[in-house]
Amino acid sequence: MTTVITAILILFCLAVVFGVILGYASVRFRVEGNPIVDQIDSLLPQTQCGQCGYPGCRPYAEAIANGEAINKCPPGGQSTIEALADLLDVEAVPLDAEHGEEQVKKVAFIREDECIGCTKCIQACPVDAILGAAKQMHTVIVDECTGCDLCVEPCPVDCIDMIPVETTITNWKWPSPTESSSLIATDRGRGAEQQEAH
Amino acid sequence: MTEFLLILISTVLVNNFVLVQFLGLCPFMGVSNKLETAMGMSLATTFVLTLSSVCSYLVYSTLLVPFELEYLQTIAFILVIAVVVQFTEMVVHKTSPLLYKLLGIFLPLITTNCAVLGVALLNIKKQNGFLESIAYGFGAAVGFSMALVLFSAIRERIAVADVPVPFRGAAIGMVTAGLMSLAFMGFAGLVQF
Repeated sequence: MTTVITAILILFCLAVVFGVILGYASVRFRVEGNPIVDQIDSLLPQTQCGQCGYPGCRPYAEAIANGEAINKCPPGGQSTIEALADLLDVEAVPLDAEHGEEQVKKVAFIREDECIGCTKCIQACPVDAILGAAKQMHTVIVDECTGCDLCVEPCPVDCIDMIPVETTITNWKWPSPTESSSLIATDRGRGAEQQEAH
Repeated sequence: MTEFLLILISTVLVNNFVLVQFLGLCPFMGVSNKLETAMGMSLATTFVLTLSSVCSYLVYSTLLVPFELEYLQTIAFILVIAVVVQFTEMVVHKTSPLLYKLLGIFLPLITTNCAVLGVALLNIKKQNGFLESIAYGFGAAVGFSMALVLFSAIRERIAVADVPVPFRGAAIGMVTAGLMSLAFMGFAGLVQF
């Protein structure tokens, strides 16, 4: 009988000691926030356009960290999806057309002689790229504009155009290699091969 | 000193836990798809294996032997391993969230890695002392890490190789593991310990 009691006691003491150690560790190594959200957020284009269905890039980053699909960001396009897939170690999927299509980079342009100075577009702009005051004409800071289309809708006189940024000799870049994922040995490449085989 | 060197060589090469004793095959097949993940897993396992080897030796010699409770060694060791793994998980979560995300389910699954319990039980069976337990646990961990990293490097190569269709995926992985194991059999007889 004593043997059984000793055995139970010893195991109980062991469990209590370990419990105390783990309890201390959980306080000592508490994780504040979710650092992965920051990393996802830094990959998103920060247009704050809300085309993904979330109020901004940060909420969408939090949703991705909780398992939301990574292909809902039209401004970021395929390159953002690939960067996210690389970070989260999941399959890169094509852009979800439901949330809009990837377009060439555009900037907003206000036809200034038609502008009545209602400031509605200023309130709509997520990145504060529109300058102006009440009853004064507004204009767009080209370098700040993310081309998110959000200012077009509120304008009562439809004086905002989205102008595609033309490729000129100064801003032209080499196209990024699309086959890069299959050049480097990863699971992704093998997955694609297997799909082709089936 | 020679003794520790012999323990190390014996556990890393001659009696490699994965390729010769076939312990811990689950993470060996599961986490070896990417070299980066395999390295992270190796580090986590090395930490857990060494620490749990020492801790279970201490629990055995200071608690179980004096109270004549040697028959409780398995359950006590599982308790020790679970705690060490949980502790490691907290530390990794705090220090490297990306590694935490990459390792995913395999981090808590170190608990069920039979190599970890195997090392603890073999320590007792071989009547290793305190320092020998450290060396044995560390050697086993290094052997495991080496096998895992080598294997994942090979698998990254295989991923782009022209493998016949029926062999693709897990099948060629198994064949490769078998060949690696066969190669490690060549070390048998190098040290008898």
